[in-house]
Amino acid sequence: MSEQTQTGELAAQAHAAHGDEHAQGHGHNVSYGTYFLVWLGLVALTAVTVTIAGIHLGSLTLITAMLIAAVKTTLVGYHFMHLKYDNVIIKVFVLVCLVIFLTFWILTFSDLSFR
Amino acid sequence: MTEHSEVMHQGESHGGAHVHRDDEGSKMAMWLFLFTELLLFGGLFLLYGAYRFEYADGFKVAAADMNSFIGAVNTIILLTSSLSVALSIAAMQRSQKKLALGMLWFTILCGIAFLINKYFEWSHEIHNGIYPGGPALENMSNGEVLYFGLYYVMTGLHGLHVIIGLIFISVIMVFISRDKITSTNFQKLENAGLYWHLVDVIWIFLFPLFYLLH
Repeated sequence: MSEQTQTGELAAQAHAAHGDEHAQGHGHNVSYGTYFLVWLGLVALTAVTVTIAGIHLGSLTLITAMLIAAVKTTLVGYHFMHLKYDNVIIKVFVLVCLVIFLTFWILTFSDLSFR
Repeated sequence: MTEHSEVMHQGESHGGAHVHRDDEGSKMAMWLFLFTELLLFGGLFLLYGAYRFEYADGFKVAAADMNSFIGAVNTIILLTSSLSVALSIAAMQRSQKKLALGMLWFTILCGIAFLINKYFEWSHEIHNGIYPGGPALENMSNGEVLYFGLYYVMTGLHGLHVIIGLIFISVIMVFISRDKITSTNFQKLENAGLYWHLVDVIWIFLFPLFYLLH
């Protein structure tokens, strides 16, 4: 066997190994049905948001609308954006980002409320 | 396959198995970019929150003119387009190239429909004299003026993101049709999906904040 073919075979093996590794990383073949269910949930939550806005709940309207939006965002992030299957480091990144964002809100509104 | 030959070439030159691809790194970079987008919109949401706190009445008066039906339709359109992007990735994983492309075509149609609705909405408001220096704005209270300022900036910036997302997806479709994106190499498609979902998430918040104030 010539050296040329040997390296070729090695590379082919490496490629196959990489393929396996890759299949592990992206091995989440989510069924089409799951995505449809998530979409159905999102549409239902939109309907709830619109309905609740029609009822006069006072200051609760905004809070419920934001809570529902947060639930919808979680659904999109977790299922559509594949956070469910992502590496833990990406999950931590997202969490840190949200905590920083929340901190800005709390600081700004504690300033506004106690002026 | 070109990808295979690239690996072979690498194997020959280095004697090891280095591959010019890092899907995890690519995904992480996309997420980091999305965080900067979140900061961009986050600042505007904070501004919205602060002004709404100060001018609650003006915001309510201004939002009464909003057509919440068009807003709700646009929400459903974007949610559906997010579904079709997710389905397109699932189809690509199953090597169903035609289905993947079809789903992306559908996504682009949804994006265009969204923009058409936005066009009619903005035209209606501009026709009513609500634009910088417009006659209607002169008779409005500070809260109303601030509401419409934020409305134009935030939905405008969001609309710009829809346009960028459509271009992003179009490029990805060219990659798919040329077999540059395959069932084992689809991180580019996934990144385009991440971007599109972010645009969807921003709208999920914009909709109740600008259309559903009662």
